Amino acid sequence: MSDTHSESISFVRESFLPEVPPPAAEAGPVKWLRANLFSGAVNSVMTLLALALLIYILWGFLPWLLGGNWTASNIRECREIFQGSGAGCFAVLTERWNQLLFGFSYPPSEYWRPTLSLLLLAVVIAPVLFSHLPRWLLIVTALYPFTAYWLIWGGTIFTPVMALAGVIAGYFAYRRAVERGFAVGLLAGLVVALFVWWLGGLAAASEPDSLALERVPSRDMGGFMLNMILGVVCVSLSLPIGILLALGRQSSLPIVKWICVVFIEFIRGVPLITLLFVANVVLAYFLPPGTNFDLILRVIIMITMFASAYIAEVIRGGLAALPRGQYEAADSLGLDYAQAMRLIILPQALKISIPGIVNVAVGLFKDTTLVSIISMFDLVGMIRGPILASTDWNGVYWELFGFAALLFFVVCYGISQYSQWLERKLATDHR
Amino acid sequence: MKKTVFFGAVSAAALVAGAASATTLEDVKERGKLNCGVTTGLVGFAAPDANGNWEGFDVALCRAVAAAVLGDPNAVEFVPTTGKTRFTSLASGEIDMLARNTTWTFSRDNDLKFEFTGINYYDGQGFMVPKDLGVTSAKELDGATVCIQTGTTTELNLADFFRKNNISYEPVPIETNGEAQQQYLAGACDAYTTDASGLAATRATFETPGDHVILPEIVSKEPLGPLVRHGDNEWGDIVRWTLNALVAAEELGVSSANVGEMSASAGDSPEINRLLGTEGNLGEMLGLENDWAKNAIMAVGNYGEVFEKNIGQNTPIGLARGLNAQWTDGGLLYSPPFR
Repeated sequence: MSDTHSESISFVRESFLPEVPPPAAEAGPVKWLRANLFSGAVNSVMTLLALALLIYILWGFLPWLLGGNWTASNIRECREIFQGSGAGCFAVLTERWNQLLFGFSYPPSEYWRPTLSLLLLAVVIAPVLFSHLPRWLLIVTALYPFTAYWLIWGGTIFTPVMALAGVIAGYFAYRRAVERGFAVGLLAGLVVALFVWWLGGLAAASEPDSLALERVPSRDMGGFMLNMILGVVCVSLSLPIGILLALGRQSSLPIVKWICVVFIEFIRGVPLITLLFVANVVLAYFLPPGTNFDLILRVIIMITMFASAYIAEVIRGGLAALPRGQYEAADSLGLDYAQAMRLIILPQALKISIPGIVNVAVGLFKDTTLVSIISMFDLVGMIRGPILASTDWNGVYWELFGFAALLFFVVCYGISQYSQWLERKLATDHR
Repeated sequence: MKKTVFFGAVSAAALVAGAASATTLEDVKERGKLNCGVTTGLVGFAAPDANGNWEGFDVALCRAVAAAVLGDPNAVEFVPTTGKTRFTSLASGEIDMLARNTTWTFSRDNDLKFEFTGINYYDGQGFMVPKDLGVTSAKELDGATVCIQTGTTTELNLADFFRKNNISYEPVPIETNGEAQQQYLAGACDAYTTDASGLAATRATFETPGDHVILPEIVSKEPLGPLVRHGDNEWGDIVRWTLNALVAAEELGVSSANVGEMSASAGDSPEINRLLGTEGNLGEMLGLENDWAKNAIMAVGNYGEVFEKNIGQNTPIGLARGLNAQWTDGGLLYSPPFR
């Protein structure tokens, strides 16, 4: 039988064939096209239709964008130049960019201050967002609110310095007294901080011009700067408050629990615009005449309350998603409530809540445009009010609102990308 | 009714609050600035320019009052208000006066406890329609969709007009004039109704103004004027007579160009002398300096100059004087004598 084998195989190759590139239709862009765009009759038709639509849109959009005018001095001049071709009158951005970004009454010579604050924000927010950066940078972050306040609002440097001193003094008082109980520590810290602030207030009032930047009143804030201020401050305040509210709602102490439940349900049951109206008009009746309670502060309080209620519910969802065993595991390790929350429960609950929190943050940032209803000139307020009401630019809509949309898109897309990165980084579960 | 009670309570609270503090004039002088409520932006009437300076027909009145009281037309803090926040801002004392093309009506004057101190623009509500709609009279608008700003008297006038003529319409409520323009141009409504001055200003900004007609019917009286809170008559008098001074100045031929010369020494006309303070003590009676009217006229010009500069024929808005001419020219402007 041994020889049958050699007869049954007429030819055996003794060397490898040289490697041949795959057929043209199975490699490179052609394969990609076939696999992704033209994988069947229906898909091919859809692809062609989509392409046609895309070209159609660009056909209209590109001449509008590229053929636009950036130098005219008013809309009539634009129209004269275009002769009905319908290109974009971007000259409004050239003339009013500063008003769109900073509002119309922020002194132009001081534009570097909010700009610097924004750049600093990008720097100091990094250690909060990216945990692999050295931890001592967080101290710089903690100093940022005081710096930014001084830069944007101006005035003597003593105001922020004394505010900071109050916080530090309060912290040390808390550390000293906390051994006798958390409540005692908190009270001591609060009293000391208030005392230092009171002293600092006197000091700042007596030296209003030392190391002072030009003072800019809140009423002069506007444009995208106002949206950024409101968005950043309210998001960063509402996160801790939201966590406390969520924990409070799950608390076993009935009074704490009911305060939190009532607060959350009330605030969530009221539209934001109502709260803003309350901040703007109704509060004025409750305050003694002549009190000037800063309007931006009022709005910040209202938006923060609103956002905290929503974030609290998002985090409660995260807490509820944790298996009961996690709580019991923390208890069985002998951790007290604060430790259990800090070390076991919250890290997991917050991770689950990230998409929800980011959703609230993005929504909140966009909701800051609602302040235009209570006659504050944020980006949208600037467009709807002063710019469209000037005889020069009345009638320019697409260019202005397109610009606003672009600014908001950049910020919101950035937030969303960061959150996705964070989710991937924290993904420790097995999928 | 609910609204009425609310505003009543609100203004009562303001009155109580106001009684405790000093008079408005003292407040303004102490502050060194006049808080003047204006619109958040209306073409020709009030809007900040590229440098952030407020300009416009209503703005000029604020500046005139500031010049009369404080001697400086720039000592004004302009507080932008919307149609919904204007009255609460005034009632709560946030602003000293409101110059925001606000229609003088019975209920605003009496029920809301405000004092209108005169009329700086006589307006009336009209309709604008696209020419190709083929409508020549507002009475042919049966079944039309109408764009209308909410919270204004035009909303009520519109309902009255259509009910009186027994025809139907469908309102499209919108918030600001700019929005209305866009909605109207996009064809969301067949007609746009607001004050005739606003219609003219709006039409002037269209790419093809000739494609739109303003219908001949004027369906309401809209006397627009500045207002102050009830309860401080001295302050109301100051605002009233500053407006009158601008009107009288035009009638008497005093303008920003010649007021300096005329007020240098007493001239031949006793009324001009009294107005400009070179004779008599009219300023003192108001609690102001004797050159109050001179300052106001120097700052913004007389009524005619203000009109021509902001909304007149040579501006893009191009309004004719019409009812707003001096009584000697067949208009309604008639300042009481300065005596």
